[in-house]
Amino acid sequence: MSINLSHFSAAVVFALFASIVFGITQRNSTMEQVKYGAYCFALFVGGVFLAGWVMALIRR
Amino acid sequence: MAKPNTDKSKNAAPAEPEYPLTTMAVVAPFVGWLIPGGGHLLLRRYGRGVLLLVSVVAMFLIGLGMQGRIYKPNGGDILDILGFVGDVGSGLLYFIARAMDWGNVMAANAAADYGKTFLIVAGLLNFIAVADAHHIALGKKP
Repeated sequence: MSINLSHFSAAVVFALFASIVFGITQRNSTMEQVKYGAYCFALFVGGVFLAGWVMALIRR
Repeated sequence: MAKPNTDKSKNAAPAEPEYPLTTMAVVAPFVGWLIPGGGHLLLRRYGRGVLLLVSVVAMFLIGLGMQGRIYKPNGGDILDILGFVGDVGSGLLYFIARAMDWGNVMAANAAADYGKTFLIVAGLLNFIAVADAHHIALGKKP
């Protein structure tokens, strides 16, 4: 079995699973867990876009 | 003249609640390490347990699918040892992968590098889940 993911899709998959674990383990109530998981996911993916733009600007 | 207040109990910080170590507080983290999410399932947190199981197992399998490398304990290099510590966090998944000789590749491409990271992070996330199971069993967390 071989999986070929692009850098972006690998980062999104990584963000998804890491956010689920962070949400469950770092908050107590269900709603807080969902909110914190979504917050972590947004930060992960936002960080990917930010880093991408920074690297693109440096490359110019 | 007012008498000075000498009652120390009024100024003392509120006492921390005590959480006695129970058998379940030892067993649940151990089961959670061997089977990701198992500690939560044992503590009847079924939803959380299943989500943790799916997340850690999926990350581990995706890492293997991307030709990620599984570290051995006797790597020699300090970074190899740290990689082993991360990998072994996945519990039984790590031992199954070693027994089946999966992840014994030295592929030098970007996907393999991502895969190696997925494998390590799966183990590290499981360590966080193990600590969470311990806190639930102690009663520190609902």
